[in-house]
Amino acid sequence: MAIEKFSKIQSTAVPLQIENVDTDQIIPARFLKATTREGFGDNLFRDWRYDKNGNPKPDFVLNDHLYKGKILVAGKNFGSGSSREHAAWAVHDYGFKVVVSSFFADIFKNNALNNGLLPVQISESFLQEMFQAIESDPKALFEVDLENQEIIISSSGSKENFEINPYKKECLLNGYDDIDYLLSMKDKIQAFEVSRV
Amino acid sequence: MAGKTLFDKIWDAHVVSQIDGGPSVLYIDKHLIHEVTSPQAFTGLEKRGLKVFRPQNTVATPDHNVPTVDQHLPIKDQLSAFQVNKLTENCEKYGVTLYGLNHPSQGIVHVIGPQLGITQPGMTMVCGDSHTSTHGAFGSVAFGIGTSEVEMVLATQCILQPKPKKMRISVEGELGRGVTAKDVVLYIISKVTASGGTGYFIEFAGSAIRSLSMEGRMTVCNMSIEMGARGGLIAPDETTFEYIKGREFAPNGADFDAAIEKWKQLYSDGDSEFDLEITYDAADIEPMITYGTNPGMGTKVSGAIPTNGEIQESNKKSFLKSLDYMHFNPGDKLIGKDIDFVFVGSCTNGRIEDLREVANFVKGKRKADNITAWIVPGSKAVEKQAHEEGITKILEEAGFKLRQPGCSACLAMNDDKIPEGKLAVSTSNRNFEGRQGPGARTMLASPLTAAAVAVAGKIVDPRDFI
Ligand code: SF4
Repeated sequence: MAIEKFSKIQSTAVPLQIENVDTDQIIPARFLKATTREGFGDNLFRDWRYDKNGNPKPDFVLNDHLYKGKILVAGKNFGSGSSREHAAWAVHDYGFKVVVSSFFADIFKNNALNNGLLPVQISESFLQEMFQAIESDPKALFEVDLENQEIIISSSGSKENFEINPYKKECLLNGYDDIDYLLSMKDKIQAFEVSRV
Repeated sequence: MAGKTLFDKIWDAHVVSQIDGGPSVLYIDKHLIHEVTSPQAFTGLEKRGLKVFRPQNTVATPDHNVPTVDQHLPIKDQLSAFQVNKLTENCEKYGVTLYGLNHPSQGIVHVIGPQLGITQPGMTMVCGDSHTSTHGAFGSVAFGIGTSEVEMVLATQCILQPKPKKMRISVEGELGRGVTAKDVVLYIISKVTASGGTGYFIEFAGSAIRSLSMEGRMTVCNMSIEMGARGGLIAPDETTFEYIKGREFAPNGADFDAAIEKWKQLYSDGDSEFDLEITYDAADIEPMITYGTNPGMGTKVSGAIPTNGEIQESNKKSFLKSLDYMHFNPGDKLIGKDIDFVFVGSCTNGRIEDLREVANFVKGKRKADNITAWIVPGSKAVEKQAHEEGITKILEEAGFKLRQPGCSACLAMNDDKIPEGKLAVSTSNRNFEGRQGPGARTMLASPLTAAAVAVAGKIVDPRDFI
């Protein structure tokens, strides 16, 4: 079950100018009853996105037709809280390929990478530059280039490099997943078990 | 060569291989699973045509999504029933031990692991739940993982993990009257912030930490994730060994003595190095409560919410958004605020010691009329012990409603929700928006503070009553 390959995208972005977006906001617990990985996008940011009668809240960014795209740009410390991978599934299922923030919670970052969703961690100043670019033009384009580990604001050419673990980068570029890798290590794992007794 | 930290000793002993510039292949000794984060992992396994590699190293229990009333009846909510049944089916199919609903060992994963003696010093442990850090109280490297990683452990008993950085937080001195483990950890998080531990594994040390019972240590390690840390751990000592002794899965007789000899090696060497070291003075810690929507937004019960001027410019927007959700104002005093709900339970504070503490306080008193008070034991065994010790009776006489074991209103996945707009003082670990139900407002505190609030009907300093 390989993951989707990722190399480069150019897209408009959706700005979520909120800090400490926790996993309970990304996907509230009451929507975790499903036993498959699909369909969580419908309830992404559920309680910010819909009122209690299920009507879209007009002031939430996902309900604003001005903003669309494959890139979610969020305030610092995105994905804190629970280890629920459903949060990464929901963001990906909704149609995002990249989440940009100035800081990510560890487990969310791992979960995203394991699902072909690229977390791009940038400086707070570049994050603000991106928010400004979207504010002055909701159609502003951004380019995310995994090979060169670069994120670029297309209109101004302003860019920043981002870090990614080289192993994870290879996985994303080639669509490999960790389980395949671990399965290829079975002999070593068994030898390790033997060595411990 | 510098010595090794406790964390290094355990981690290094479990590295099967190391990818250059990448993560380690880490061997996992014990794997706990529950109904919510495992079904997709089993589906993945099935799709690949794999078996569970070491079924004897995984233990399962349903907890997140189980009802806490009438557990002997079939689960009413169709989706919940399906999910819980799926866990049973998967465990049967793959040969994994399951403590199902109504089994005397069922309970919240992080309560039953230690209780059964499954959790032991020096182990690596994972679970598809962020509060797996709880088990670190025994001197094990325990952390939460996502469902893809659950699948990895099922398939290979290993996961790929980058080695985190190391932090040591020491709390030195004696804790004051009415100051509990929960206050210690809420204090630490309020200082470190909800993201300050990101990228780190934290060792808790110092005389105040060592003075805590195992239950107290579990409360502290449990909430290390609320600082963003990968996990937290405490070096094992006599308190640890005493707790483990005689438990169902603990080693016996000569094996136990041999184990203790090994466990005694688990400490940070004097010359070991940490990436970050912080020390706090126990005397500065008072009973704590949170006022905002992340666990870092806490202060002493006797204090006030920060004023606008006390908040950094860059944090102001989130601060105000948070207070807006809580219906509070900057500078508000906390004492005297009317409370609607008191929830005692969860993997943070749903252990027997917590129930005892509440019972001790409320004995011969009654909860205030405006308060709905729920007590949810962390496990069947806790429930049983509470009956045997007469705690249940005391609590019922005080007007508390006793429910059956499970995660309950900690995450409000089942019907146990704090109604919209209501204000709860809760012994759980997260005060996120809507965590305890859509629109619910949560203030985190210790069981002792929760008990005092239940009786007073409003926020009070528990020290005024003990
Ligand atoms: S009690 Fe709460 S925090 Fe603990 S495992 Fe259950 S849901 Fe998670």
